[in-house]
Amino acid sequence: MIEISHVDKWYSTAFQVLKDCTTNVAKGEVVVVCGPSGSGKSTLIKCVNALEPFQKGDITVDGTKVNDPRTDLPKLRARVGMVFQHFELFPHLKIIDNLCLAQEKVLGRAHDKAVTKGMMLLERVGLKEHAQKFPAQLSGGQQQRVAIARALAMDPIAMLFDEPTSALDPEMISEVLDVMVDLAREGMTMMVVTHEMGFARKVANRVIFMDRGEIVEDAPKDDFFGKPRSDRAQKFLSKILSH
Amino acid sequence: MLGSFDFDVIRRSLPYLFYEGMTFTLTLTALSALGGLIFGTAIALMRLSGYKILGRIAGLYVDFMRSLPLVLVIFWFYFLVPYIGQWLTGASRPISVGAFASSLITFIMFEAAYFSEIMRAGIQSISRGQPAAANALGLTYAQTMRYVVLPQAFRNMLPVLLTQTIVLFQDTSLVYVLSIPDFLGAASKVAQRDGRLVEMYLFAALVYFTISCVASVGVRRLQSRIAIIR
Amino acid sequence: MTYNWNWGIFFQPNPMGTGTYLDLLLSGLVLTLETAVLAWIIALITGSIVGVMRTLPSRGAYWFGFAYVEFFRNMPLLVQLFLWFFVLPEILPKAAGLWLKQLPNAPFWTASIGVGLFMSARVAVQLQAGIGSLPRGQRQAATALGLTTVQGYRYVLLPMAFRIILPPLTSEFLNTIKNTAVAITIGLLELTGQARSMQEFSFQVFEAFTAATILYLLVNAVVVTGMRILERYVAIPGYITGK
Repeated sequence: MIEISHVDKWYSTAFQVLKDCTTNVAKGEVVVVCGPSGSGKSTLIKCVNALEPFQKGDITVDGTKVNDPRTDLPKLRARVGMVFQHFELFPHLKIIDNLCLAQEKVLGRAHDKAVTKGMMLLERVGLKEHAQKFPAQLSGGQQQRVAIARALAMDPIAMLFDEPTSALDPEMISEVLDVMVDLAREGMTMMVVTHEMGFARKVANRVIFMDRGEIVEDAPKDDFFGKPRSDRAQKFLSKILSH
Repeated sequence: MLGSFDFDVIRRSLPYLFYEGMTFTLTLTALSALGGLIFGTAIALMRLSGYKILGRIAGLYVDFMRSLPLVLVIFWFYFLVPYIGQWLTGASRPISVGAFASSLITFIMFEAAYFSEIMRAGIQSISRGQPAAANALGLTYAQTMRYVVLPQAFRNMLPVLLTQTIVLFQDTSLVYVLSIPDFLGAASKVAQRDGRLVEMYLFAALVYFTISCVASVGVRRLQSRIAIIR
Repeated sequence: MTYNWNWGIFFQPNPMGTGTYLDLLLSGLVLTLETAVLAWIIALITGSIVGVMRTLPSRGAYWFGFAYVEFFRNMPLLVQLFLWFFVLPEILPKAAGLWLKQLPNAPFWTASIGVGLFMSARVAVQLQAGIGSLPRGQRQAATALGLTTVQGYRYVLLPMAFRIILPPLTSEFLNTIKNTAVAITIGLLELTGQARSMQEFSFQVFEAFTAATILYLLVNAVVVTGMRILERYVAIPGYITGK
């Protein structure tokens, strides 16, 4: 579904953020990407839907080459859902309108169909009664669930999560993770940048460990947690699991 | 058209334009900025003093001045100042004060309203802990302002004050309505006399543009230097 | 010698034969408002376009926006009006110049366009700052949903940016009204101009200027009140502006 091969990215000639990154995510697979901050994991995931440009290598999503100038990027992005660290709901739109905007403007769905779809998804994330509120009236956890519903409303073939729980108060993390676990169990293709190792243990097929722009480790979940091969991954795991 | 463009009229009038016109403009700008700054600081301090009546009067003054077009204010003072002079000196006739003095008073009074708002924002940008710390050391209100708050605030707002001074420099061209030979007035006089409007106004525009541009680049440099120091 | 007050002057006929002196001033007020409104429309439209250009990723657009703003910001408004009024008709091709010179209401059109363009640079700067103050993720979220750049601005960035800059835009509108007085120099008989001619005809200088002052204060109060209502109308529940 998502093939990343030999991707290099420089911010300036002196600073390389991604170094020869190669991996792939099969249909229905859940891949967790972890690593210390500044390791390039958010950048890598943003390259998948071309939010970040890269200079070398190729990324293909469902047979479409992301870095081909002829690719209709808005069309491609509409098929790949993305959830951001800071939710990025549109503050001037009601919750239901947040869900309808791209359905109508990008997919061209009729308003009532978009609303029906939106309400269905809000019910699924347990926020149906908040449809007429504005984002600022919801808690962080609720906003992130809305953001997931907004991405799902586009009927994506894959979902990208960029540290979806990092900006949340601790007591709100589980409500978001629950939604993500359900999604994984239903067979959604997911690429998740997160430090939530509990989530990784529960539903991930593979775990990728990145450090200084490189993919250091790319292993099935059990291998990764059982006996990571690299020193760096071991150190990282011991740090975040020690509490 | 450009073919009939007469550069010589500009060359011939350069001494008049700069010795008379630009000198007037720059002197008016500098003195107004200085006076506006002093008077504006006084107004800002009145507004922040905590005395309700004093604050209200200062606030009304600022709102009043900022509601009026500068052209109208120029006319107001042009006609009003002689009567104020008469009243102050007890003379039997309105006192003629001359174009420069009249303009200077106008711009000081007018710009003070704008400068005071910049000062107020600058003073309010200093954290409350600073005057508290100064008070705790036993400094009086005046000492706190003089030695602790104003020096810090002044540095924060220096770029804004200078930008406002560039605006003031451009605004002084409005004394044209009193037929005073500031830089634009001088250019206009030559333009009318020699029938060379295109040349003179384009030249005036170029001069204003160059001076303002160079000054804004300077302010931007200063701004980035201050930003690094902080 | 003391000044002879005569407040009754307003109800005496003016020498233009257009009713009383009060009518003279009111006709000036109407012209001030007409000029200001037309100038404001021009300022909003062109200022928005230029402001948006300064936030686009394209370097060319950015530099055009930069040059535009610097051009209109670094010359006195009075000089700009002279350029449009006296210089432009002379340097245009003969036919176009002649047409301009014979235009009825030339001071009105010159003042509206001149003040409008002058103010557009300031609107552009405000809008650029407004868009710049939005979280970077908002643009990314819009892009990730498949919205095009135009759609992203239209539905996501601009609605928020304009709400944020509403208070400074109010001041800029008030400045537009005040700046129309500069057009007295090209013969526009707006409020200040009519007060000046009343002073010249009747010698009641202080009555004339007092009346004009009161009218300006009234206009200010009306605009400020109107904008407060507008601000409340477009306010977003739960969203704290200026954060």
